[in-house]
Amino acid sequence: LTHPLLSSHPVPHPVLSPPLTSPPPLPPLLSSPLLSSPLLSSPLPLLSSPPSPLLSSSPLLSSPLLSSPLLSSPLLSPFVSSPLLSSLLSSPLSYPLSFLFHFSQRFTTVVPESCMLILLGLVLGGIVLLTSKKQLYQLEPGLFFLFLLPTIVGDAGYFMPARLFFDNLGAILLYAVSSCWGSGVQAGLMEFLLFGALISAVDPVAVLAVFEEVHVNETLFIIVFGESLLNDAVTVVLYKVYMSFVEVGPENVQTADYFKGVASFLIVSIGGTMVGLIFAALLAFITRFTKKVRIIEPLLVFLMVYLAYLTAELFSLSAILSMTFCGIGCNKYVEANISQKSRTTVKYTMKTLASIAETIIFIFLGISAVDKSKWAWDTGLISCTLIFIFVFRALGVVMQTWVLNWFRLVPLDKIDQVVMSYGGLRGAVAFALVVLLDAERVPAKDYFVATTIIVVFFTVMFQGLTIKPLVNWLKVPRATNRKPTINEEIHERAFDHCLTAVEDIAGLNGYHHWRDKWEQFDKNYLSKLLLRKSVYRKSELWEVYQKINIRDAISVIDQGGNVLTSARLSLPSMASRASFPEVTNVTNYLRENGSGVCLDLQVIDNVPGAKVEEESETHHFLAGNLYKPRRRQTLHDSGDHERQDREIFQRNMKSRMETFKTTRHKRHSHKKDRSQKKRRGSDVKEQDLNDKPRRNVSWQDKDPVVVPVESEDEKGEHLEPEKEEDVGITFVARKVPDTPKERPKSVPAGLEVCQSPSVAPPSPTCSERNLPWKGGIGTLPVCVSMEATKIIPIDLQQAWNQSISSLESLASPPGPVEPLHPRVSALSRLGGQRPVSYSGSGVSGSGFGSRGAGSIVAQGIARFEFPPGGEEKDEEEGALSDQEQELQPLMSSSVRPPGPPPPPPLAQGLGRRRNPCVYLRSLVTAPPPGSEPLARSRGPTQL
Amino acid sequence: MGSTNSTLSKIPNVEELMQETGFTPAHIVRLYDRFEALDKEKTGHLRPQDFGAINRLAMNPIGDRIIGAFFSPGQETVDFHSFVRTLAHFRPVDKKRPKDPSMPEPVNSRTSKLKFAFQLYDQDKDGKISRAELLQVLRSMLEMQVTEEQLESIADRTIQEADLDKDDAISFEEFRKVPPARALRLTYQHGAFAAQGTQNTKTCKVHAHRK
Repeated sequence: LTHPLLSSHPVPHPVLSPPLTSPPPLPPLLSSPLLSSPLLSSPLPLLSSPPSPLLSSSPLLSSPLLSSPLLSSPLLSPFVSSPLLSSLLSSPLSYPLSFLFHFSQRFTTVVPESCMLILLGLVLGGIVLLTSKKQLYQLEPGLFFLFLLPTIVGDAGYFMPARLFFDNLGAILLYAVSSCWGSGVQAGLMEFLLFGALISAVDPVAVLAVFEEVHVNETLFIIVFGESLLNDAVTVVLYKVYMSFVEVGPENVQTADYFKGVASFLIVSIGGTMVGLIFAALLAFITRFTKKVRIIEPLLVFLMVYLAYLTAELFSLSAILSMTFCGIGCNKYVEANISQKSRTTVKYTMKTLASIAETIIFIFLGISAVDKSKWAWDTGLISCTLIFIFVFRALGVVMQTWVLNWFRLVPLDKIDQVVMSYGGLRGAVAFALVVLLDAERVPAKDYFVATTIIVVFFTVMFQGLTIKPLVNWLKVPRATNRKPTINEEIHERAFDHCLTAVEDIAGLNGYHHWRDKWEQFDKNYLSKLLLRKSVYRKSELWEVYQKINIRDAISVIDQGGNVLTSARLSLPSMASRASFPEVTNVTNYLRENGSGVCLDLQVIDNVPGAKVEEESETHHFLAGNLYKPRRRQTLHDSGDHERQDREIFQRNMKSRMETFKTTRHKRHSHKKDRSQKKRRGSDVKEQDLNDKPRRNVSWQDKDPVVVPVESEDEKGEHLEPEKEEDVGITFVARKVPDTPKERPKSVPAGLEVCQSPSVAPPSPTCSERNLPWKGGIGTLPVCVSMEATKIIPIDLQQAWNQSISSLESLASPPGPVEPLHPRVSALSRLGGQRPVSYSGSGVSGSGFGSRGAGSIVAQGIARFEFPPGGEEKDEEEGALSDQEQELQPLMSSSVRPPGPPPPPPLAQGLGRRRNPCVYLRSLVTAPPPGSEPLARSRGPTQL
Repeated sequence: MGSTNSTLSKIPNVEELMQETGFTPAHIVRLYDRFEALDKEKTGHLRPQDFGAINRLAMNPIGDRIIGAFFSPGQETVDFHSFVRTLAHFRPVDKKRPKDPSMPEPVNSRTSKLKFAFQLYDQDKDGKISRAELLQVLRSMLEMQVTEEQLESIADRTIQEADLDKDDAISFEEFRKVPPARALRLTYQHGAFAAQGTQNTKTCKVHAHRK
């Protein structure tokens, strides 16, 4: 999809042809120079040829998008093959250039990309000029307005954070409109008015380029950027107005004409906005029905947004405004309607197109600047203009801010104002407009061009270069990329409710009132009309959070995948089936604890992505169900519908939960357990059996099944090594059921798995034992422990402790693993609290705790605890005791506890819950002095 | 202006009140009118039922909590002064206000705003948002759209997220730590939080009290 668009041949043409071939049906209120045809007739070669070598030659033209595979081979080949270019540029120049840019990679962190591009354009322009004596490429207005600008504006509009935009709309409007009118700097001649209009507009392209790199906080960004975006529209409108004045001639302009100018300004901007909104609605409505043909969704988005632009242009309305508002308006609904893949496609294609357009514009700017024939130097004009735009910008900002701050809740302070005035970059729009001037009607055009070029250069180069240090120096609050937490979400809603309530109490109709009204309307009518039924029920935050969560999930899974592969690599010989899922789980577990999201201990027993899934679901619940202020009202209004939807929603959720077997379920079952634990008995047993597949508890059941087979006869007679192997077996057997895919329930499976440890020659002494496994263990920690050491902040210690203790409890009889470098350090750091929590669980852990007491005592730290077999005990008593007997010799100094005392009910719950984490503990523990061989053999087995 | 003065004269200790809350006379008048409108029986006191009579408030999921915030413990009624004092929480933070350590913390400071919000959660006034309290709030905001189970897992997660000292409850210190995470947005929230109570009164200019 992107290809046709990018290369612009097949797709836009049909769309373009009507406006291009037929003169505008309505006699434009003011002349619309943009559509003048000769320029448009040949946009394609212009678009295609010049940029390509540049793109190919400079992979680092800063934006990563440019280096995307999209651009790399297929697209460029036709362009590069164009004779002129290849002869001139591609082969001899591109390589040196790319080297140059590679070399200066450090440079790019300091210099904004727009500066680089302009410089590049200058160089290229110089070269071209030298070779051909005549400028071959120029920024043609037609190209600019029909292709380059729309891509940039469309991107900006579509991804404009709507709420932020409208929250700051007042400020944006004020700045946008008045700054344009305000700095019609050099009054007097109409031409100067004209020039003032076009030079005073802050350019979204430049602003975007610079501000995105600077990462100022989002309010500042949205104000400046929104201003520049609307500014553009205003500028173009004003430009047309003045243009018509100039055409008529100043002496013929009557007072009425000025009013006409104002009126036309209003009509043009409002009309443009309306067109945009109409198209937005249309687009949203269409995407409602694309369920069967997902493939056209991105195309639809592009076409409709572009169509909004063209239509507005056709009617001589403000195309930029139209496109911006089309983007803003449709975003919410379209994003909700189209599929995830389409969303991604739209996003990246748009961003890519926008960066390409930006790149092209700046390069052209550079190229055009070289051609002396195009401009005439006038020092006075240039210096005056520079001073004026700077002074007026600052003045305007200060004055307007002063007015605005009366109305703003959070006033813009001085620093913001400085950045705002300093961020007033002029750019390509002004340049394109000035180039567009008709030299016959505006004799001073050449001077204007020169001035504009200088101004653009100065603002982009000088200000663009210095704004970053300035922002640093002024300590402007930067944008934070922190993900919203549940706390914030809840509190925000609560605050919203609170404000609304206070408004009600004080009997006011404030901003919140109107926003509620709008949301109400949106919910009751617009969303119903424009959103698919399936998504209608979700709140508007839904999609946003879904996106965030999907991104998180992807990144987590990616990392998990890495761990997986690395684990696989490190342990090629291991019985991989059992160990991989385990490793991944552990990693996820660690990570998630570390990131403070959820400390639930059962996570480990889920499939890798389950935790993420649950997180996103929780988000969804919040986003989808937290009430907007006064949402209840709607409930009353359309009760039936609501209920129906809710039912569907819940059912969906249920099914999803079933699928993923998230923690919630488990928690639920635990709850049941807890409630039932007091009257422990056959009921509980049954339940446990039922739960078995889902929970890790199952290993307890498995143990007896797997272990005894091997060990029953050999119990007493086994040598230690063999017993170790047995333990290894038990362990593997335990874990295996956890993995969703393969659950070797049968003995053979267990045996098969446990063959691997026996491959390694069992050695009697501890030291010898350690050696063979060191490699294996050493490698794994790298995957896991990095997470552990780095992530866990103090406030998570509790969680960590919990997990550790749970792990300990699961680690049960086995001795500790050998020293694991990073992980150990992480743990020891946390060590202070660990024992406490651990001992708590130890006490509660009862059953096996007491059994494992021997080993615990021996090691000084109460580290291992056998998870209480509580309910199963009656059933499995025999099996367990078998196991214990096996284990007994292994626990070096352990006194064999008699029968496992019945664990206190709570303990069971805990122990149970913690079962899943068995393995981690073994990975994590510090080596005890006289470590037991058992654990060692087991560790490797797992790994 | 004449009407303003005459209304002001009806309010006892109006100077003191303005001093304390920072409201301008116009604010006070405006609020007084509102107070009288709410006070249907002209007793000079508002009872919870009077607040309950506000339609839209009844639809607010945490409306009753906010009403509750107007009444100091053990009191059945609220007079105009307390009414204004409570609303003063919502005034914008005075940035310019000179730091005077001897003065008590102004009622519209960020801390007291947060405190106010905190008290909406903390119904038993033990200085902590317990799991049960959080659950209540969540339940009222989520309505019955989610199952109890889901509510609980949300509540658990929330507490785990915020709980620094591991007492399974969110203390005020923890509460105020959480919001700054996305500082900007929530600052705005507080800002909005702050101003709506007074800013939109049609009779007065918002900036009147800015000086």
